[in-house]
Parts: sequence; C-alpha cells; structure tokens
Amino acid sequence: MLILSIASVSFVFLIGIGLYWRAAPLFEEQTLLSLFSASEWAPSKGQFGFYPFIMGTLWVTLIAIVVALPLCLLTAIYLTEYAKPGVRSVILPLVNILAGIPPVIYGVWGIFFVVPIVREYIAPQFTDYSSGYTVFTGGVVLAVMIFPILVSIVSEVLRTIPKELKDASLSLGATKWETIKKVVLKRALSGIVAATVLAVSRAFGETIAVLMVCGNVPIAPTSVFDGGYPLPALIANNFGEMMSIPLYDSALMFAALLLFVIIFLFNLVSRIVLHRVESKYSAS
Amino acid sequence: MSIKKRKAEETVFKVLMVGACTVVSSSLFLIVGTIVIKGLPYLTWDMVSKAPQGGFYIGKEGGVLNAIIGSLYLAGGATILGLLVSIPISIYLNIYLKSGSLLNKSAKLAYDVLFGIPSIVYGAFAFSIMIWLGVRASLLGGVIAVTLLIIPILVRTLDEVITTVPKELKHAALSLGATRWEAAKVILRQIKPGIYTAILLAFGRGIGDVASVLFTAGFSDNIPKYLDEPAATLPLAIFFQLGSPIPEVQGRAYASALILTVIILAIVVASHFLAAKQTKHKI
Repeated sequence: MLILSIASVSFVFLIGIGLYWRAAPLFEEQTLLSLFSASEWAPSKGQFGFYPFIMGTLWVTLIAIVVALPLCLLTAIYLTEYAKPGVRSVILPLVNILAGIPPVIYGVWGIFFVVPIVREYIAPQFTDYSSGYTVFTGGVVLAVMIFPILVSIVSEVLRTIPKELKDASLSLGATKWETIKKVVLKRALSGIVAATVLAVSRAFGETIAVLMVCGNVPIAPTSVFDGGYPLPALIANNFGEMMSIPLYDSALMFAALLLFVIIFLFNLVSRIVLHRVESKYSAS
Repeated sequence: MSIKKRKAEETVFKVLMVGACTVVSSSLFLIVGTIVIKGLPYLTWDMVSKAPQGGFYIGKEGGVLNAIIGSLYLAGGATILGLLVSIPISIYLNIYLKSGSLLNKSAKLAYDVLFGIPSIVYGAFAFSIMIWLGVRASLLGGVIAVTLLIIPILVRTLDEVITTVPKELKHAALSLGATRWEAAKVILRQIKPGIYTAILLAFGRGIGDVASVLFTAGFSDNIPKYLDEPAATLPLAIFFQLGSPIPEVQGRAYASALILTVIILAIVVASHFLAAKQTKHKI
C-alpha cells in the first residue's frame, strides 16, 4: 500500500515526463518562442505555429469566466446567505447533477440551443454574418459546464466565514447586503479567486463540447463572433492522421504537454489556497 | 447614504441573485429538455437492441447496441481496476498514516491536482504508453485510459467518506488489540454505501467521457469479445453520427444522446438514494 501511494504521487510527474518525451523531437527543430508566436499551421510543410490555438483557448476561456463568474457568485451568495435551507437542498443537488452530464451532451445541446440563438439573435446585432459556431458559443457552453464547480466551491468558502463577523457588522447597523459586500466577500476573496482559477483550468482542458460548437478555424479570433480553434480540439481532431507526417505527433503531444503544465500549476496553486482557507477557519 | 438608498441597493442585488439562481438551476432542465425533444422522435427499440447492420451509416437498419455494450465494458472494467488501486490507497492514507504526515498531505494534493487534469491529457498520455508497449487501439487501451481518469475521482470520494467515520471507531478497534488492517476492515464495513456512491460516480464519468477514449479504444461496429479488439463507445458514436450529412443518421445521434442522458440520470438518482442510506447508517 505504501508503494501504491508513493507511485500515485509520482504519477503526476510521470504524466509530465511521458508527454515531454513524446514532444521532445519538436524542440530540436524549433525554439519555444517560435512555436508560441508563429501563426502558420501546416504540418505537411513542417510548420507548427501554436499562436491561433493558444488565442482560441484564451478567448473561449475568458468568455466562459466572464459569463459564469457573476452568475455563480450571485447564486452562491444567495444560497448561503438568503435562501431557506429547503431551497438550498433542492438547488445545490440540481447544480451538481450538471457536473455529471457528459461533455458530448453539452456539445449536442450547444449545437441545437446555443448555436441557433447566437446565429439568429445575438450575432446579427453586432456583425453582418455569423454561422453561430463561434468562440462566443463555445464560451457560453463552457460557462454552463463550470457552473457546478464554481457554485459548489464558492458556497463552501462562504460557509467558512465565522458567524460572529457577520453578526458584528449587522449589529453596527449595516444592511445584510452591506455586510456581504464589505465583510463576507472581503474575507472570502482568496477562496473565490482560487475557485475561479480552478474553474479556468477546467475550461482550459475541456475538449469535445468546445470542439463541437466553436467552428475550428485555425486563425486567431479577432472578435467574439469569429470561429476559434482551442488547443484540446486541435489534439482531438488530428490524432488520427498524426502518425503519417513527421513531427506531427510531437506537435500534438506538445499541445497536450502545454495544457498539462498550465492546468497543473493552476490547480496546484488554487488547491493550496483552498486548503489554507479551510484550515484557517476550522482551527479557530 | 440615506437608508432608503441602502435598502434599494439591497433589493436590486436580491433580485439579481434570484435571477442568477434561476438561470443557473434551470440550465439543467434546458439541457435535458433539448436532448429529450430532439431525441425522443428517433428513439426506437432497434436503436438499443441491434448493432449497426450493413449500410448503417447511410441511414439503413441497425442500432447502437455495440456502443452501449462497449461503453458498459469500458466503464465497468475501468471502475473495477480503479477500485483495486484506490481502496488500498485511501485506506493507507487515512488509517496507516498520521493525518499530518508529509506523504498524506502531498498525496491528497496530488489527487486534487490529478482530478483537475483534463481527460484529453489522460488520453494522450495513455496513447503514448500504448505506443511504448506496442498495444493498438483496443478495449484494453480504452480501459487503461479511463482507469487513469477515474482513480483520482475514486480516491477523493473514498477519502471524503472515510473522514465522515468517527475517529473513535478506529481508536476503539485499535485499543481492543486489533491490528491496523483489522481496524481498516471495520471502517470499510462502515463506509460500504459510500463505496457504492464512489463506484457510481466513477462509472458515470467513465461512461460519458470521449476525449480519453478517442485514440485509445478505437471504434468498431461489432460488440467486442476480447480485450484486444477495438470497442465503440456511446459518446463517440454520438459524435460520429452527428457529423454525418444524412438526416436519419443525425437523428440516431439525437436518440443516442438521449440514451446516454438517461443512463447518466439513472446513475445520479441511484447515487442519491445511496447517499441517503449512508446517513442512515451513521452511528
């Protein structure tokens, strides 16, 4: 059992090493900087520019957070501070079921619900023509996917705020909302940031749902109604043919390595912060 | 600021909160509703009882039984393998180790981090292991990838369940002269319903995931008989059929999505019942 436990800890590093080993041939040809900044993606000519894909990922993730964070923050505050326990015990499980819905189902929903709405109603307000398969659509679908993680972690963080603090503020004449704004949210800030980072990393790595709705055009998007091509979608779409072209597999493994490293760091930092938040209040 | 203004601000935010809450909690119904409306007209008995026949992908006879069975095999095999690894780990971390020790802390952190790693990375990693071992895309490869994916889920859930068991139980067993292994057995009996919940969670994740099996399990119209045969999975079947220009095939994709949703919802309901049972078991 000791061996199993130690092996599982070192497994995190094993993934990194395994991916690096497969990606290494790429570094002999190109420098890291040129991989990030080049925007030409032509595997048959040996050109692997990751810029459009990195931008695609960033756009989609950013939109997802901008949509999801205010909604989830308000929901979590409502559930922990205002709602009756009965309401809470109905809504929290409902939100958690969302976490269990498979990505491909989100993708199907995105195609039939979000894509037409974007195409018919939202995009025409801003641009002449849009197919509906845009980074905005991807962002909205992702936002729904990260609802559960944001709502559940933020409500847990809010619940750790000591009741005495709130009572003190209320007894000094602050309204409930003022107490939340100036006492609760201030106290919970580090936890909320950590939850957001966790949600960002979830959005970063989501593959199939995004691939199905955001168009997959290998050009860096210039507006939210352009198509995009995030990194995970790149890996998933091209795995079939990668063995036939030299260095292609290394390039895709590099994409996976990039995802792994970013998500590893994000997760590590936010988990450490969340553990701190928890132990700080459970000890006192 | 006057008290009126302060009250008004409170009301505005309260309305916003109720609105946000409605949006967030109604999204589940939106998703399931869309899938049901789209999928129900195409759902036939043939869909769930037949494997694809000749010309299935141009709209002729057949169903997705191959994918349903393939998914069940994959998720089932991975859950069993995952349990074999994760039960000893969670027992070791919680019963053998002191709660403040370095290995305990770093292992828990490691599992939190592994939990956040996206399935496509697990898929890519499992694929490079398969190249290294010389295994081609098959049921076995898929099981390996999904096992890697669900071990963190299993360990974290078991860990949470074990911490709900009162410490006194472990101490009582140990003070009566039990070895730590015997104490572990007592605790395992106590958390039995929790283990079932963990199994359902992991199974649900395994059955629904695409990115990890995309390159590792392959795809096949036949129901796999051996571990080295490629296996179809339900999410991948949805994905492929959806890409078809033929309306009948697309319709089958909606029906397959409905089947998958029903399976997932059944798992969720089952695990809720088990969770309720677990609180009843508490001493």
